[in-house]
Amino acid sequence: MAQAGAGRRYVRAFVSGFFVAVPVTVTVLDRFAYVARVEGASMQPSLNPEGNVTGSDVVLLNRWSVRNYQVRRGDIVSVLSPKNPQQKIIKRVIALEGDFIKTLGYKNRYLKVPDGHFWIEGDHHGHSLDSNSFGPVSLGLVHGRASHIIWPPNRWQRIEPSIPPERMPLLNWHADATEDEEKD
Amino acid sequence: MSTIWLFFVFFLRKLSGLGASASWLCSRLPGRFRSVAITVCLVVTWEVSIGGDMFRRVLGKTLGFLGYTVQYGCIAHCAFEYIGEFVACSGPSMEPTITSHDVVFSERLSRHLCRIEKGDIVIAKSPFDPHMNICKRVIGLEGDKICTSGPSDVFKTHQYVPKGHVWLEGDNLRNSTDSRSYGPVPYALIRGRVCLKLWPPHNFGALNQSPTGRIVKRSD
Repeated sequence: MAQAGAGRRYVRAFVSGFFVAVPVTVTVLDRFAYVARVEGASMQPSLNPEGNVTGSDVVLLNRWSVRNYQVRRGDIVSVLSPKNPQQKIIKRVIALEGDFIKTLGYKNRYLKVPDGHFWIEGDHHGHSLDSNSFGPVSLGLVHGRASHIIWPPNRWQRIEPSIPPERMPLLNWHADATEDEEKD
Repeated sequence: MSTIWLFFVFFLRKLSGLGASASWLCSRLPGRFRSVAITVCLVVTWEVSIGGDMFRRVLGKTLGFLGYTVQYGCIAHCAFEYIGEFVACSGPSMEPTITSHDVVFSERLSRHLCRIEKGDIVIAKSPFDPHMNICKRVIGLEGDKICTSGPSDVFKTHQYVPKGHVWLEGDNLRNSTDSRSYGPVPYALIRGRVCLKLWPPHNFGALNQSPTGRIVKRSD
């Protein structure tokens, strides 16, 4: 009888612990931080520089900083794929709404990014399924901002936002007329 | 500055080992938080050891209260994210099925399990403003051929819905901006499927079928 009582106590403790741990974990993964392994070569050399030979990079995705859909040019973000809603793709933000950009292989050579959209590209042009294939992406699809590489340990680093200079936007319609930058 | 604080910690006789190690940990924090955190640790440890029982009880109750708040907040988040949410609709684009100021219940399970079907009314994030939501009916899924010309046009134009997208139209075709103006919408922008109308009470219950007859019968 004492053993049955002790067993029931353990079961109750397990169940109550379960109902605390699962919602808290799910909320943290949905709202604060998410950990994801990067697959593929579309972001070389920034992520996965040696492909899958030495193991893929694992990044920490900050979901709290994109809760108001605020991304900056040059950030690496994870986005729900417009082609497959169950897949997340990780690419760099090249241009925001209102920017006028030159595309690499899209159906239009020059494009103004529409309101509420942004333009993403992988660092490894040609090996990347990005906005050059499916066009500007709606801001509602943004999932998280990759802030740190946390595995493998020799690649621990903070990811800094940077755009390759040849991919900078040509013009921004929302900027002041005196501040227009025209790049070749 | 941090070394001065550490000496202060070790020379105070009433401080427990926990307070000392907490203060040492705080000294590792970056500049902004360092002085604030060390002060808080020192004050709390001093109060706990001097103030005795009552302060410990109050601290215990506060922590318990915070713990419950966090736990129920997380359960609420999971309920609204994975089960369903209440939505107040505004605008004339879904009349007569849903009128302005109606309250409906939209369930999230179909969206997470990818079981949204043609003819469902869905709530989705607006493609042009992620802070706004739109409430429309699904007319076609990926691969369907949609007739994009109006009923009065002579030449009929068609468009195929791309992979991973859906075609949304409001029931009030005359007064609705939907996929006919902004094109197919990515499936991942859908938030939930409207299944029940809750307010006004005389209209309580399930929602009607599409009155427009625009739903694509089968994919070609």
